[in-house]
Amino acid sequence: MNEEIVRLEDAWVHFDGVSVLEEVDLSINQYDFLGIIGPNGGGKTTLLKVILGLLKPSRGKVTVFGHTPEKGRKFVGYVPQYSLFDRDFPVSIWDVVLMGRLEHKKRFKRFSEEDKKLAYDALETVEMLDFKDAQIGKLSGGQQQRVFIARALVAEPKLLLLDEPMASVDSPMQTELYELFEKLRQRMAIVLVSHDISAVSIYVDKIACLNRRLFYHDSKELTAEDLEATYQCPVEIIAHGVPHRVLKEHK
Amino acid sequence: MIEILQYEFMRNALIAALLASIACGIIGVYVVVKRIVFISGGIAHAAFGGIGLGYFLGVNPVLGVIPFSIAAALSMGIIGRRTKIPEDTAIGILWVMGMALGVIFVALSPGYAPELFGYLFGSILTVPTSDIILMLSLNAAIIAVVFSLHREFQAISFDEEYATTIGLPTERLYLLLLCLIALTVVLLIRVVGVILVIALLTIPAAISRQFTHRLSSMMFLSVFLCAILTICGLWLSYAFDLPSGATIVLVSGTAFILSTVSKSIHISVFSKSI
Repeated sequence: MNEEIVRLEDAWVHFDGVSVLEEVDLSINQYDFLGIIGPNGGGKTTLLKVILGLLKPSRGKVTVFGHTPEKGRKFVGYVPQYSLFDRDFPVSIWDVVLMGRLEHKKRFKRFSEEDKKLAYDALETVEMLDFKDAQIGKLSGGQQQRVFIARALVAEPKLLLLDEPMASVDSPMQTELYELFEKLRQRMAIVLVSHDISAVSIYVDKIACLNRRLFYHDSKELTAEDLEATYQCPVEIIAHGVPHRVLKEHK
Repeated sequence: MIEILQYEFMRNALIAALLASIACGIIGVYVVVKRIVFISGGIAHAAFGGIGLGYFLGVNPVLGVIPFSIAAALSMGIIGRRTKIPEDTAIGILWVMGMALGVIFVALSPGYAPELFGYLFGSILTVPTSDIILMLSLNAAIIAVVFSLHREFQAISFDEEYATTIGLPTERLYLLLLCLIALTVVLLIRVVGVILVIALLTIPAAISRQFTHRLSSMMFLSVFLCAILTICGLWLSYAFDLPSGATIVLVSGTAFILSTVSKSIHISVFSKSI
């Protein structure tokens, strides 16, 4: 019963004549936990923006929950890259999380009890309820990441897109975040992009490589050739007692 | 201080200062947190074209400013967002074109324009009662819009791209915010004049930001501060016979410097004691 929720067919994106994504085919199913790795500038954020409908591909077709990305994105939760907000912005955690409900609230109306209940539950899920009155900049990187995840969760998404969620998060906190994702994937599909191969660790169940072109076999296996094509240099993988095999055996 | 209130122009000046404070306290908060000081300055200066237009058509210049500043705000916003021209370039160009148009209109108008200096640098002591009524209605409009859309404005100020991903009409909200800035400029022209408007749109909000991390408290605090600063400036200008607009600006700027310095001294003392 794994329905397809996102489909990209032959998607190309150009900025000022330079291609950022080439010939990308991707299919994401319900409850997938997909890790996408690739070097900085390889088009990872661009790919997420295409799924969100923030960028229109110059060629190719994108379907999100059976609709155009603009219509389908109400089922998509997005956690943007950490560095892109003003840490001094005068806003409390509670108000940041409620922002995720803005499109569900009627325009010109106040937030309903249901909105507030969802915000409360989301903060509880990410274990940040105790901080709800704090200003956003007072939190550590990992805590801010949890708040942005809660903001995505209040809209009750069926797909969660995470852009470099492990950047600026220290390693004990990274493990905790992965445990949180493990909990969330019972309820939704998750796509996590990162430039850091080790950040996309044992928790994901599918891996793709992206550097303008996407290498993806709908599985957790990556070939050394894929990695080398992606990073354009020989890549050596050191596994940390991983129970799964990430790379195929060399023949 | 009380005896100066027996003059009608002084009472009107005081009422105008209070009315201007409401709009600039509320809208100034968005200008500061969304970091759109430059575009606000552009709207304020381009508004001078509207004053010239008013003279040219022989109507109350303030009536010329309303459509003109809204048109300037919308063109800056739309050109900045929808074309490849960088937004700050578009602002700079429209800023000077608005002012230049104003100069041309004034030059083409018959007769002499005695109050021109007042529109540039403020003439709070000559506010007629008709302008007070106009200020009241502009305030009402600004408050009504902000009251019903403050969550949306907060979201586009915090992270506009994220607001787009959840489906908010971010561009329309941004243009609406620019129109509110244009209306606030109209309100402030009498108090400090087009050249000095940006002072009251930024300084009270910037001071209040140092004391709170809630947008709504920031708004209340900056309305209050704006009122105190303009009334102090007004009193000093009366006491020392100085130009009122410039005095209000200097009082506000000094208050900002004092508040920033005392806050950083406070922080360094506080962190040493830990």
